[in-house]
Amino acid sequence: MKKRSEREVLLQGNEAVVEGALRAGCRFYAGYPITPATEISELLSVKLPQVDGTFIQMEDEIASLGAVIGASLAGVKSMTATSGPGFSLMQENLGFAIIAEVPCVIVNVMRGGPSTGLPTSPSQSDVMQARWGTHGDHPIIVLCASTVRECYDMTIKAFNFSEKFRTPVILLIDEVVAHMREKMTLSDEEELEVFNRVRPTVPPEWYIPYEDTPSGVPAMANFGEGYRYHVTGLTHDIRGFPTSRPDEIGPFVTRLHRKISQNFNEIQMTEFFRTDDAEMTIIAYGCVARSAKRAVIEGREKGVKAGLLKLMTLWPFARPAVEKVLQTSKILLVPEMNMGQVSREVKRVNRGIAKILTLNKVDGTIITPQEILNRMIWVS
Amino acid sequence: MSEVTKLIHKYLRHDKKFPHVWCPGCGIGILLGSLIRAIDRMGYEKDEIVLISGIGCSGRLPVYVDFNTLHTTHGRALTFATGVKLSNPNLKVIVVMGDGDAVAIGGNHFIHAARRNIDVTAIILNNSIYGMTGGQYSPTTPYGMRSTTTVYTNIEQAFKISELAVTAGAVFVGRGTVYHTRLLDSLIEKAVSKRGFSVVEVIAHCHTQYGRQNRLGSAVEMMEWQRDNAIPVEKAATLKPEEVEEKILIGVLVDKELPVYQEEYEKIRERAKETKPPHSSPLP
Repeated sequence: MKKRSEREVLLQGNEAVVEGALRAGCRFYAGYPITPATEISELLSVKLPQVDGTFIQMEDEIASLGAVIGASLAGVKSMTATSGPGFSLMQENLGFAIIAEVPCVIVNVMRGGPSTGLPTSPSQSDVMQARWGTHGDHPIIVLCASTVRECYDMTIKAFNFSEKFRTPVILLIDEVVAHMREKMTLSDEEELEVFNRVRPTVPPEWYIPYEDTPSGVPAMANFGEGYRYHVTGLTHDIRGFPTSRPDEIGPFVTRLHRKISQNFNEIQMTEFFRTDDAEMTIIAYGCVARSAKRAVIEGREKGVKAGLLKLMTLWPFARPAVEKVLQTSKILLVPEMNMGQVSREVKRVNRGIAKILTLNKVDGTIITPQEILNRMIWVS
Repeated sequence: MSEVTKLIHKYLRHDKKFPHVWCPGCGIGILLGSLIRAIDRMGYEKDEIVLISGIGCSGRLPVYVDFNTLHTTHGRALTFATGVKLSNPNLKVIVVMGDGDAVAIGGNHFIHAARRNIDVTAIILNNSIYGMTGGQYSPTTPYGMRSTTTVYTNIEQAFKISELAVTAGAVFVGRGTVYHTRLLDSLIEKAVSKRGFSVVEVIAHCHTQYGRQNRLGSAVEMMEWQRDNAIPVEKAATLKPEEVEEKILIGVLVDKELPVYQEEYEKIRERAKETKPPHSSPLP
């Protein structure tokens, strides 16, 4: 029987992002209009003031992420949403959020590129930009949703990771998932973990803002709470002051990476579908994972021992999950709506064990189950 | 130690690894002194102040003082300031920028922060050059002057920062020089106490780069030039246009009232809670 607090709703992916963000405690949004992410802005401009939050439309995407970082430093969970061209502009301040360890969430509803590209057509071509778009050695957490429900859950996850690890988190959605409507059930009583940044417990004179800790994540004081400290995009020492000493730079950059890598198991989210005995495993993410699931079901009916590994965390890359499917699979098929951004990672992990096949589509249309199925049957 | 020095030491970060990065004779230190005196006179707690900067010589200013300090990316200081102020309106947000920072790479953010009337004070140290990178021409380098990227002289026209701020809608605009420190103290005090987007343009010298390349003499000589070429706006109003054309007008250029962003947004919050939006949200 349905609980009273349960609500069935028909939501668009972008709308689910908004609901997830509000549920996670997001109270600040700064953005710039861009297709196909605009619904997130529009809806938050309505909803944020209702909950004493703030919505502001900035002059560009550089300013949007700047304002988001400022708001987060003042203690408010913050996010922005954009698409490829805007995401390009955000790379500068994305690096700032990484080095200054400021929690925030960036949603990139991917469209075809390069440049203005295909504003209303789907694509998955920002996987590598999300990983390496900003300059300098840096770790990054990138998530990717393939259903409306996942848009909701993974927005909450994105906020949790950003607060827990003091890092910007990128949520990639493709245009198909962002604009598709699906039924989903929301429950007020649902056990949804919402994580808030760890605040200092020591008195201000003892506070060391960029101190190393066992988790690699220092406690974060918000501006105005009495812990006056310096935040900078320059490489800094544990007190936050610029440094050019090798014995301070090395440990700092190493810690930035370690705080993500040592929490790999928690960050890594994947889904296995009929992979236990699979001789051919499809590795897919976003809307392509939906087509792949259908192809696996139909392929099995036709006698192909197929399985699906769905990637929900794209970065850090799911090496253990790929290694697991390599134990049974002789063939890995990586369909994606780009020229092969994740397939290269799969090849790197594979090291010649299985045969890697790609299926790349860059014409602004989705990869259908039939296309994947045809490829499966052709090779098996 | 003199009283003035004692006062400044009260606000310096003594755990910061001094000495500072500025050249001996630089005007930024004078601005920092002015800023500290103004904040002290107004009686703000250190915790209430957020001092934000961009990149360049001026960008290094916040690190030396014991406030909440934020050294952002080049030109973007005002965008960070917008986020800080809107998230915690109780904080007093002051932004320090250089001329290249504020009106070249950050020009768009500057005019939009002014247009929105965000309650932030922008202090722009205008020394007509990119000093930290070695003396390249900036948007405020005058026509005909030399820099390391205009060795055959500058052919571009210079921005007038204060006039730009007035046009963009800032509610308070003042211009001073690092020579006229008492005026600078009072301009900063007025700007910081003003509700809304306030601007103080500080004419300063970069004797190391701009001065040397244009043979303008030492820091002292360049400050004497400020003394001899500045006219108070009140006096300028009584002079003929050709008499003030080449001069620096100092004093308060604009002091007006416009709705402040945060206060307007508070009304939006009330409205949002009362009324159902025209296009209803998908969830009850």
